[in-house]
Amino acid sequence: MSSMSDSPPRESFRLSQLIYDTRYRSLTIQVITLALVCVGIYWLVSNLLANLASLGLQPDFSFLSSRASYDITSSIGTWLVGYTNAGSHFDAALVGLYNTLLVAFLGIILATILGVLAGVLRLSRNWLVSRLMAVYVEGFRNVPLLLWILLIYAVFSEATPRPGDFRVGDDGTATASLIWNSIAVTNRGTYLPAPIWGANSGLLVAVFVASLIGAFAYRRYAKKLLFDTGRLLPMVWPLFAIVIVPSVLAFFVLGRPVTLSYPELTGFNFSGGFQLSNQLMALWLALSLYTGAFITEIVRAGILSVSKGQSEAAAALGVRPNRAMSLVILPQAMRVIIPPLTSQYLNLTKNSSLALAVGYADVRATLGGITLNQTGRALECMLLLGLVYLALSLAISFVMNVFNNSMKLEER
Amino acid sequence: MKKTVLFGTLAVAGLTAAAASAATLDDVKARGHLNCGVVTGLAGFGAPDANGVWEGFDVDVCRAVAAAIFGDKDAVEFVPTTGETRFTALSSGEIDLLARNTTWTMSRDTDLKFDFIGVNYYDGQGFLIPKSLGVTSAKDLDGATVCIQTGTTTELNLADFFRANNISYQPVAVQTNAEGQQQYLAGACDVYTTDASGLAATRATFEAPGDHVLLPEIISKEPLGPLVRHGDNEWGDIAMWTLNALIAAEELGITSANIAEMSAAPTNNPEVNRILGTEGELGAMIGLSADWAKNAIMAGGNYGEIFERNIGENTPIGLARGLNAQWTDGGLLYSPPFR
Repeated sequence: MSSMSDSPPRESFRLSQLIYDTRYRSLTIQVITLALVCVGIYWLVSNLLANLASLGLQPDFSFLSSRASYDITSSIGTWLVGYTNAGSHFDAALVGLYNTLLVAFLGIILATILGVLAGVLRLSRNWLVSRLMAVYVEGFRNVPLLLWILLIYAVFSEATPRPGDFRVGDDGTATASLIWNSIAVTNRGTYLPAPIWGANSGLLVAVFVASLIGAFAYRRYAKKLLFDTGRLLPMVWPLFAIVIVPSVLAFFVLGRPVTLSYPELTGFNFSGGFQLSNQLMALWLALSLYTGAFITEIVRAGILSVSKGQSEAAAALGVRPNRAMSLVILPQAMRVIIPPLTSQYLNLTKNSSLALAVGYADVRATLGGITLNQTGRALECMLLLGLVYLALSLAISFVMNVFNNSMKLEER
Repeated sequence: MKKTVLFGTLAVAGLTAAAASAATLDDVKARGHLNCGVVTGLAGFGAPDANGVWEGFDVDVCRAVAAAIFGDKDAVEFVPTTGETRFTALSSGEIDLLARNTTWTMSRDTDLKFDFIGVNYYDGQGFLIPKSLGVTSAKDLDGATVCIQTGTTTELNLADFFRANNISYQPVAVQTNAEGQQQYLAGACDVYTTDASGLAATRATFEAPGDHVLLPEIISKEPLGPLVRHGDNEWGDIAMWTLNALIAAEELGITSANIAEMSAAPTNNPEVNRILGTEGELGAMIGLSADWAKNAIMAGGNYGEIFERNIGENTPIGLARGLNAQWTDGGLLYSPPFR
């Protein structure tokens, strides 16, 4: 063994060191790989451009500002954009984007609720409950999502009455009737009463928002009290009262500023009220149930990853099982759950492009479907579509990373 | 400088590849069969029969072109395409010819870089509606839910029609005719709209066709025709003159029954002789054998025979010739002379 303090003799740099010297070799390999990747991409892009040029097609995005001249099924998107067929292709893409965001947002919420519930129940000691959850998980996880979407859509559109069935026939009766005289479930969608905002309704909304803030404040105070003194305040009833009572009082004091418009059968369809289309419902439910099955397994894995000693310690301190789950187990499990949960959220968002199967007007159906067809700009549309989904995914990842950091174990 | 050279090489490589595929006839001959884009399934126009053999009005155009080239009407590979996939399939070279009730429009001809080779069916957009709704005019469709095949000209016509008449509707986008039929029969939409011929063909497959009516309004011009890629005029000529030969054959009285006799020896009619290759060199002018048109006509008969067999009044689809009669009978079919 030679002495470690001897400094190695300084050598001049030789080119062969790039290959034979382990200090430089990895760098050499990286540089070569990067160069090859760049050349590869360059070759693909220039080949594409050259072939397009030989076909006489040049990438051109000006079609986005031209008139779309097609109609899109009424939805949140068309309402937000104020879309008519006089709008531009860009407007149509925007309608699709809003619809994608809507179904992804709703889907993520429902899938999370389903997944967490089923994940906890899957670990239940009750044989029947845990088996039922296993059936749910295996059933949804092992059948392609597209089939679920089509199946649920078929149930909605085939098993429900047609709008015409609500009409009173010659014999004085109709084959279908409204639920509570206000909700119409038809094969085209569910029509719900919609609020009509009268005078003073702004005040009512303000009261409601204020009581929500009040509820949060109460919850915060209760938590602080619990951690400081160990005193437990009741939660459910006070929260309920804080949210509901002032709004109800305000509603009557202000002279009922909000009334409801009920769906009514006029001509071919119901009008008035708020329509929840079957396309949206089917897509939303299928996406949520499917992704929820995966989240169930993630939640189960997360809970199982928390050592048994934690729940035993909680029990030894006299913490009741429910409380131990929400205060001891789940916060620790969250650290295991969140990273794979992020991937499931990304999957759900991207899977929403299967909307095409039921004719829901998402961004794939407008920008990547009708616009693409009517303008023939396949390359441009697909490029834009890719960017849209990339941006959506990166945004979700960003939010989830922030959330993950906030849930990290605080090291002291 | 180096970069330019590299780009130039790649561009040339790309161009040579494109140039190689530009001679479609050579490609088709080398392959041994024609790749023909057809509809995914529309009774009478293009659908596989019980044995999986494609048949129909548009399918027969494919067969005629294949017969003109190979002398074999079965040298065709049929590629089912939807309204959405058809143009990509054609411009990418997946198919050589698209015979799929496609409307000839200016932007498709120019901006999308295709060439329509003629019109094999003059059509217009109509509405199919259950009789029980009691609607007699398309102008009474205010508030209706309409099933519409996405990616088609009918989608745009529909928007224009309702806008022009200041009435509203809810579109339900479907991908294929089969899906449209299913949604319409399930009552997911009140009305189904597409080309009137397609509606007649669809209605013919219903269990109770009599319960559904076509509204009197025809809201658009839909000249349906086969198309090829722009830029290979020789290939376009072959397809165009094959279609013309079928039309001219009906006008000149060449049928599948008498064609063997007429082509055996020159007849008294010089144009018949030129078409059937017993006189002149029309076949060589488009790079095919002298009996190209004879083979094309023998594949499924002349235009009139193809029409009557697939969609004519004695079939379940039951379409009258109407605009699709020969010009001599007051229709629009008018083949340029074979000379």
